[in-house]
Amino acid sequence: MAHCPECDAEVSVQGLLVGEIIYCSDCNAELEVVNVEKPEVALAPQVEEDWGE
Amino acid sequence: MRLAILTSRVRVEEKLLIEAMQRRGIEFEIIDDGELLFDLAQLDERWRAYDAVFCRSVSQSRGLAVLHVLEHWGIPVFNSAATTITCNDKLLTTLALLQAGIPVPRTMLAFDEQRAIEGIETVGYPAVVKPITGSWGRLLSRINDRDAAEAVIEHRETLGSYQHHIHYIQEYVAKPRRDIRAFVVGDRTICAIYRTSEHWVTNTARGAVTSNCPVTPDLDGLCTRVAQAVGGGILAVDVLEDEEGGLLVNEINATMEFRNSIAPTGVNIPQEMLEYIVSHVREEVLR
Repeated sequence: MAHCPECDAEVSVQGLLVGEIIYCSDCNAELEVVNVEKPEVALAPQVEEDWGE
Repeated sequence: MRLAILTSRVRVEEKLLIEAMQRRGIEFEIIDDGELLFDLAQLDERWRAYDAVFCRSVSQSRGLAVLHVLEHWGIPVFNSAATTITCNDKLLTTLALLQAGIPVPRTMLAFDEQRAIEGIETVGYPAVVKPITGSWGRLLSRINDRDAAEAVIEHRETLGSYQHHIHYIQEYVAKPRRDIRAFVVGDRTICAIYRTSEHWVTNTARGAVTSNCPVTPDLDGLCTRVAQAVGGGILAVDVLEDEEGGLLVNEINATMEFRNSIAPTGVNIPQEMLEYIVSHVREEVLR
């Protein structure tokens, strides 16, 4: 299990890919999966001005 | 066949592409653009391991920079840097469309506050002011009167970056509460959707509802010409239905999102995208 960097809740990254965005079920923080082998998530980067299609 | 998919985030679209590659038996690697470090004068041999690199970066500036470097090194990329740079910039898009004789909303460009207001009053109220870069319907302004024009232009001049001091001004097209997004892959319009909203901004990122739009010969002809005008590839063309002017092309997306377009159209968009890349790679091998 990874831990939410915002509220320390346990977060499962099972079946996910590095780079996927998930939400913490406890505090609803937007999290980015950074490692699935050694489960780790980080706060997802804020949307930047050049993001898009 | 071995592909690299360049990403900033793994969105639903990238997961659908991964599933399509797995079904097709294509080897692939997901490359996070944030992890990259280029020594520009020295080709990094890792890139030679790929038959092509498909740019799916959500960051338009990162994606474009990577495309430039890889093309410089002779690595096949989709879409090309030239196509991407045109589509990422509304000014360049409009100029390319005008060059090709494709109908677009009347568009004016100004750099000075007073000239910008003059431009808005020339196209008439309501007018639309947009950033020349950006996406998902962000920072679009519908300007209904002189007071709003003065306020919006002053805000852009005062609060915006230098890019927001380029005032891209368009006539407001009275569309029927929807626009059309058409997906062009190579020389075919593979499908299209209506994006319907009560709001004048009809991006799905802003809550518009999607439904199937039949690809008529007129729409297909227009959209394939649009794709050619910007260099071709895998593109999403946004089209406005003007009561008087017919179909007007609004913008073109080079790294389009498609998660909401598969169900209404019944078209496997990620598979179509992959087949296009595979066929191009094979053609290159045979040359």
